[in-house]
Amino acid sequence: MLIFMVRRFGTMALTMLVVSILVFLLLEINVESVATKVLGPYTSQEQRELWLERNGYTDPAIWRYLRWLGNFVVGDFGDSVRFKVPVSDVLWPRLANTAILGGIALFIASIIGLTLGVIAGMREGGARDRGVSVGAVLTTSVPEFASAVFLSGLLVFTWPVLPGTSGMADGFDLVQLVLPVMVLVIYDWGYVARMTRASMAEVMMTHYIRTAVLKGLPYGQVIRKHALRNALIAPFTVIMLQINWLLSGVIVVEVAFAYKGFGSLLYEASLNSDIYLIEACAMVAVFVAVMTQTLADIGYTYLNPRIRFS
Amino acid sequence: MSSQSHSFDGPVLECRDLCISYFTRAGEIPAVIDFNMTLEQGGSIGLVGESGCGKSTVAMAIMRYLGGNGAIVGGQVLYKGRDMATFSEEELRQLRGNEIAMVYQEPMASLNPSMTLGAQLMEVPLCHENITEEEAYKRSRQMLADVNLPDPDRIMSVYPHQISGGQQQRVVIAMALLSNPSLLLLDEPTTALDVTVEAGIIELIGQIARKFNTSMVYISHNLGLILETCDRVNVMYSGVVVESGTVTEVFDHMRHPYTKGLFGCIPLPGADKTARPLVPIRGQLPLPHQRPSGCYFGPRCDFFQGGLCDRDDLTMTQVPNEPGHDVRCRRWQEIDWDSYHPEGVGAGETQAGEVVLSINNMKKYYELTDNSIAAMITGKRVRYVKANESISFDARSCETVAIVGESGCGKSTFAKVLMGLETATDGKVVFNGKDISQEEVQNRTPEQVGSMQMIFQNPFDTLNPSHTVGAQLARVIRKFGVESNKDRIEQRVMELLDLVKLPREFARRRPRQLSGGQKQRVGIARAFAGNPTTVVADEPVSALDVSVQAAVTGLLMDIQKTYRTTLIFISHDLSLVRYLADRVVVMYLGHIVEQGTTDDVFAPPYHPYTEALLSAVPIADTSVEKTRIILEGNLPSVTNPPTGCVFNTRCPRKIGSVCETEVPPVVEPTPGHQIACHLSMEDLRQMKPVIVMAEDAAPPAAE
Amino acid sequence: MTDQAVSVPRRESPLLRFVKGLALIRESWVGMIGLGIIVFWSLVAIFADILAPFPPNQPGLPLAPPGSASLDGLGVYWLGTDQLGRDTLSRIIHGSRQVLLYAPLATFCAYFVGIPMGLAAGYRRGLTDDVLSFIANVILSFPVLVLYIIIIATIGASGSNIVIAVTFASAPGVMRIVRGLVLDLRNREYVFAAETRGESAWRIMLVEILPNARGPLIVDACLRLGYVVITIGTLGFLGLGLPPPDPDWGGMVSELRQFAIVDPMLAVFPCIAISSLVLGFNLLADGLREVSLRD
Repeated sequence: MLIFMVRRFGTMALTMLVVSILVFLLLEINVESVATKVLGPYTSQEQRELWLERNGYTDPAIWRYLRWLGNFVVGDFGDSVRFKVPVSDVLWPRLANTAILGGIALFIASIIGLTLGVIAGMREGGARDRGVSVGAVLTTSVPEFASAVFLSGLLVFTWPVLPGTSGMADGFDLVQLVLPVMVLVIYDWGYVARMTRASMAEVMMTHYIRTAVLKGLPYGQVIRKHALRNALIAPFTVIMLQINWLLSGVIVVEVAFAYKGFGSLLYEASLNSDIYLIEACAMVAVFVAVMTQTLADIGYTYLNPRIRFS
Repeated sequence: MSSQSHSFDGPVLECRDLCISYFTRAGEIPAVIDFNMTLEQGGSIGLVGESGCGKSTVAMAIMRYLGGNGAIVGGQVLYKGRDMATFSEEELRQLRGNEIAMVYQEPMASLNPSMTLGAQLMEVPLCHENITEEEAYKRSRQMLADVNLPDPDRIMSVYPHQISGGQQQRVVIAMALLSNPSLLLLDEPTTALDVTVEAGIIELIGQIARKFNTSMVYISHNLGLILETCDRVNVMYSGVVVESGTVTEVFDHMRHPYTKGLFGCIPLPGADKTARPLVPIRGQLPLPHQRPSGCYFGPRCDFFQGGLCDRDDLTMTQVPNEPGHDVRCRRWQEIDWDSYHPEGVGAGETQAGEVVLSINNMKKYYELTDNSIAAMITGKRVRYVKANESISFDARSCETVAIVGESGCGKSTFAKVLMGLETATDGKVVFNGKDISQEEVQNRTPEQVGSMQMIFQNPFDTLNPSHTVGAQLARVIRKFGVESNKDRIEQRVMELLDLVKLPREFARRRPRQLSGGQKQRVGIARAFAGNPTTVVADEPVSALDVSVQAAVTGLLMDIQKTYRTTLIFISHDLSLVRYLADRVVVMYLGHIVEQGTTDDVFAPPYHPYTEALLSAVPIADTSVEKTRIILEGNLPSVTNPPTGCVFNTRCPRKIGSVCETEVPPVVEPTPGHQIACHLSMEDLRQMKPVIVMAEDAAPPAAE
Repeated sequence: MTDQAVSVPRRESPLLRFVKGLALIRESWVGMIGLGIIVFWSLVAIFADILAPFPPNQPGLPLAPPGSASLDGLGVYWLGTDQLGRDTLSRIIHGSRQVLLYAPLATFCAYFVGIPMGLAAGYRRGLTDDVLSFIANVILSFPVLVLYIIIIATIGASGSNIVIAVTFASAPGVMRIVRGLVLDLRNREYVFAAETRGESAWRIMLVEILPNARGPLIVDACLRLGYVVITIGTLGFLGLGLPPPDPDWGGMVSELRQFAIVDPMLAVFPCIAISSLVLGFNLLADGLREVSLRD
């Protein structure tokens, strides 16, 4: 188990290394465009060259990469062009905001998804199963920006019960979180539910469930002790991987509701060609994603005795 | 152990005119029709039949667990005199696992992978009786000891995948016995296990029956197992019982043509490919929705009479003077079995020719390396798996050499080296005068590849479902350069279909439109497409039903004789091997432990492993006396084989430490018969035959 | 592949079989609804010029509510207009062309790249698999939209760049699915049989293995199409999609929702359009899965 974890974290570090190379190649290999983006399009050629020289951009790419990477590892992401402050000053508070939004959404979506998935999978092809399946297909077919429009049309304009933006101008306000969370939950619960349903339905077909029933166990005990444990191993991984998808959705939702989170930060950065900010956001996003994947793998191994003891 | 029902002294279980149907999109499909059975306390009834005959459905109906689409549509199941239809859900739950318990076909699948075995066992008494956890633990532990599992405490605390298949099945049996049930249903409990492990389980079941006086319903496709476990038998065919009676009556004086046919299909010790060939049943099992009217066996029966046998309302009739022996046949009294001599298959003497394939000291080791990127960083770890160790034997033209052994003995690896999918680690494989041990298949010439071909095990897997039969055969013909002209290729495809006795229009069909036996025939045609001198057949009939097995085996032998092909026949089925092989090679954990002519190997002196294997094979013949040799312990892992003689951990004839330290010498009791064992020649010569026929039976094949 | 077909007379052409296979979807009402929606939008896209009441970029009465008459009184803005007075209905109709061009194209490209990678990884295993799987993992560890934003920020927003970005981001997912299917199929005896007669690795992958993986791949392709439609819409919504002025559903939503205070219904219509198309693909995928599981 320990070897496995060491390996898994090793793979994670390697992934991050390759991702950093990729990000560097995409955004920094062309020094001309770096200068243009940092100094703006209306600067003269001499100004840019001077800037490049002063900031070490005339060094070979490999040196620049290593220096860049070194700075990254110690948390120095450079200065944001747009906010004129160190990137880390804007990044961390925004990330905390996103963690709140994403965390609540993930929690609710998982609870709904798991519950409905288990109920649907218990009796495959039954009325409940069909109901849940149809509901899941319907809601996962609506993109986040579309449900944002639908929901604000209903709850902001037609029946004004909720605020239309979530800027949190006057401090943290839970009411402003309702719409963004709803949008994320609507898109995400269906996926969790479908995976849970499939897993549950598969477990219900297995021979060991038949064994449990024919042992004379009460139905509730068969479900609780025999089915759930096995059926929830796969959805656990799905939920952890869902964080990766959630990060995408979060960008849309934050933009749609002007929520001051990490996603809208990345969005603004990309609109303003704020490359150091983009780089930092990308690296942090990938780090979060890779970290959850690693935890998912370790958790899966822990939950599954067939892997744990072999 | 609910006491009130134990006082009942009538039959434990009675099925009266039971009819069970499945309801699918295509409509109602009757699975079991008009099923009758009476099981007395302490009795044991076998249900025997081929796949799809409804035997497992009966067991599930007794448990009243038919799934969402199955239902009892007629008749009754009486448990201790009470109609089970009147049981409430709760009563039914109390009955299951407590009064009626079940043992399943696949032990691994029947156990919950994420619960410890102890927890799964303790559930049974905890749920049916009002006892404490400690009491439940003690009972479960004791029961594990009763089913002869070593170290019950360890077993209680581990997960299913941590013990072997044989041990898993013992746990399932222990689980079934925990509440001391009155009725035990066993659904093919040994089918997924190796022969030597099977023998242990069968012995255990016998002990249980004696010790607990449990009534049993034993479901199997294997007549030999029924003989060893049951006192009565119901022979089923396509949803109906065609013959029922005591085991002796049915096995010695069978009346139904299907029962007779079934026995003709299995290679009993008396059968011999030249003197007493197998007699296949023609045709194939009807699909449940395509059953003929009247007798379902009619279209395959040699005694079929139009206007009589295809009339409906066919019922069981009792054999006079044999109460309880019933037959479902209109004509059984008219049939004169003495003058019935059906034509057998694969008959005729053959003469082996020159050596075609010579294997000399061939070794195949696998290097187990962890190739993942993580392992490359942490440093590689290499282990060796000795899949084949010093394999040497010759095969001549027109000769059948059987390679026998249980799972993990290295049969498949050996086949891969022969076919060039792997190269040998050491030694020589001389084929048609050239060493091919280092030639991968891509480096072999089309002639070389075409002259050594293979027949595979699984009929549902052997043909590509995406291409037509004709296209697949044509590809082989073109690939081996047999023909290149389009018309000639088509001509050759047709010839091949003729060869395996399939209609020519099958060329246009896709594999899913073919039955298992037909697919296997196409597989044979494919192997013979390149005019091979040698064909390697890897368990070619073991996945087929008994009645189809004989036909396919016969076909294979016919073709072999016609083309004077060398046949390397890989099998675990010793009865079949005895029937068709000229020479036998017995393997255990990658080593050849014994080889010689079939007569040599099947008669003493034996290698102790061969002796145990022979003893383990169930034989459906009441006149055969077997010595019981049950192997202890598990099959060791190939990655970590025992030192010295690989068989020493399980050998009942182990002499002492020499077996653990030294590789046994190869001795030759008679020229050509080699045994790798430390036993002295004297000890070997004193061995008694494992299988003895009673004097009135036919002479054994080994003479 | 062709030489398999010629030697034996065939009753059915592959095309006919494909159509017959497609006809199986009739047995699933879910799939039929999905297919209906897709056919509807395809027809809309093909006959956009005939169906649209106004040219998509023609300015008129700004922010007209649904159902109001145009300035010249000759037409009706059934679904209203945007801030430049362009007719929403006409823009939705013409916008379907963009979606139905780029979504299938991008999905096709993702499969074109992903299938060979998955075949190679699953069939050859070992180092090939390690390297390919690692690359896939790296790309898949980016939250999708982050990856799109970086790519589009680097290479700019245009139709072909969307195709490139989607291919880059989805091919690893296709590879994973194909790899999983191949790992299962490569142990079939017919593959073993092909190996023992010395067939080349690519022939085995393409002729023996790939055709048997088609069922799950078709279902996956439908789901992926739906997801690509969402992606294109989202990129449009974020202003990273197709450059104006050509109509783009996502872009229309982001423009019109700014005027929700005037009329919240304006932005709803393009949202319905995009959601219905995605629903069509998802329902078709469900229907196909249901039918394929039946036999």
